[in-house]
Amino acid sequence: MTAAEGEIVQFDNVGLRYGTDREVLSDLSFTLFPGSFYFLTGASGAGKTSLLKLLYLAQRPSRGMIRMFGTDAITLRRERLPGFRRRFGVVFQDFRLVPHLSVFDNVALPLRVAGVAERELERPVADMLDWVGLADRLQSRPATLSGGEQQRVAIARAVIGRPEMLVADEPTGNVDPEMALKLLRLFEALNRLGTTVVVATHDVHLLRKVPDCLIMRLDKGRLSDPTGALRYPPRPQVAAR
Amino acid sequence: MRRKRPGLPPVLGRGVARGWRKLSGGGEKALMPQPRFAGPMPWVIAIMVALTVIAAAAGLALRNTARAAAAELSGGVTVQIVEANPDERSRQTNLALAALAAVPGVSSVREVPQDELDRLIAPWLGAEGEQAAADANDPAAAIPVPALIDARLTGPATAPRLATVRATLHRVAPSARIDAQASWLRPVFGAIASLQWFALTLIVLLAGALAAAALLAARTALGNNRDTIEIVHLLGGTDAQIARIFQRSIGFDAAGGGALGLAAGLAAVLILGRRFAGLEAGLVGAGALGWSDWLVLALVPLAGVGLAMLTARLSVLRALRKML
Repeated sequence: MTAAEGEIVQFDNVGLRYGTDREVLSDLSFTLFPGSFYFLTGASGAGKTSLLKLLYLAQRPSRGMIRMFGTDAITLRRERLPGFRRRFGVVFQDFRLVPHLSVFDNVALPLRVAGVAERELERPVADMLDWVGLADRLQSRPATLSGGEQQRVAIARAVIGRPEMLVADEPTGNVDPEMALKLLRLFEALNRLGTTVVVATHDVHLLRKVPDCLIMRLDKGRLSDPTGALRYPPRPQVAAR
Repeated sequence: MRRKRPGLPPVLGRGVARGWRKLSGGGEKALMPQPRFAGPMPWVIAIMVALTVIAAAAGLALRNTARAAAAELSGGVTVQIVEANPDERSRQTNLALAALAAVPGVSSVREVPQDELDRLIAPWLGAEGEQAAADANDPAAAIPVPALIDARLTGPATAPRLATVRATLHRVAPSARIDAQASWLRPVFGAIASLQWFALTLIVLLAGALAAAALLAARTALGNNRDTIEIVHLLGGTDAQIARIFQRSIGFDAAGGGALGLAAGLAAVLILGRRFAGLEAGLVGAGALGWSDWLVLALVPLAGVGLAMLTARLSVLRALRKML
């Protein structure tokens, strides 16, 4: 299998600037393989969130080429974007829960958007919330939850549709170590099911807990890739797991 | 091969059945807040629909009036025997009646009876003048009123046909003056047509105002729900799904406002109708609304709902296209 055949995401010389400011991301070239687990690290302001936005198609790059699922994502027609986005699960740094919806409805949102029938929603959403320890908060509004609880709702929403790629921005930033570990195990479990996982984090302790992970380090908008493993990855055993 | 691992939430192990059908009502409602009758939109639509119903009713009544008058008068010819001498007037009238009956294309001829003539002139001459005009025994005191003959042609009273009638009558009744009845009311028809255009213009303007109100409501709703829309977009929601939510919401508001406006408009039309019916004037009575007219009026709010929903949909889709 060549990189071009197997990649889930391929960046080539990608740059991003907002308006006329300087580039916040420069010359990003890397490949993500299906079933791999990546940590994206870097100091605050290094461009982690901007890179994740490019990954979940919330932003178009200013230059360069991005391919996703074998398709040019830059020239992707607008009508095809929703189909692509349904293949991602996203945990936003600020959670982005819908304030007027209950916890249940927030978690059910991706399924409803994908057209799952109402009668088929109840059990999976309840199971998912039970698993993240919020079974008793089904009808609560996000505003009544703590930061950690909101984060767990956001994660439940991101993974309930069993996405092909999970993109998480600081997903354990607001939870206690025990819950952080539990969530990490969830990501690993999803990864074992074939989901490609990209987790942006400051927490270096988290990195050590996933032995097979690949690390992408951003420094002032540039990807540190001293060995070239991200740009020219070895034949990916991860993809075959 | 994928398999369920211990520690996973069951939903991830078994997956979730998916379909690409449209969002069901329940799911769609849950995507965004659905305030009902919260803003000025339903009331604006109620006012627009009420005014449109009244304008449409006026336009339809005017059309009915014009049609009835045109049907009644198009083949009508009035012959006046303008002769001061009653005997001569009577003689020429009898000859004219006989001559008219023989003209091809004349379907009926009748002399307008004296009592009917009296009623016609009463508003101008009063009861005394009426009596004087009727007083055949005192020709000096009587006001000479022409004899009237009402003739009906089988088709419209065109200029060539009138010329034929005129030529025929002048041979036997030189005092005869012939007029097509439709020509008397030509200015009235013109005024009615103008009023109909005015009503139509009013309806178009009201439709434009209704569309503008829906546009503003949709834009406000878009602005208020921008964050939610962005989230739904990022979760894979399509423009059509989001637009459908807005158009439904505005559709509900428009339906409520439309029903209210229809009730108010119909009440106004009924009251005005009764007032006009009380005039007991022939031309006004002919403008009464038929069942098909009432049906058209009942369709006004439906058209309003459709227009509001279409406007909302198009404006939301247009705004969404500017988002990634």
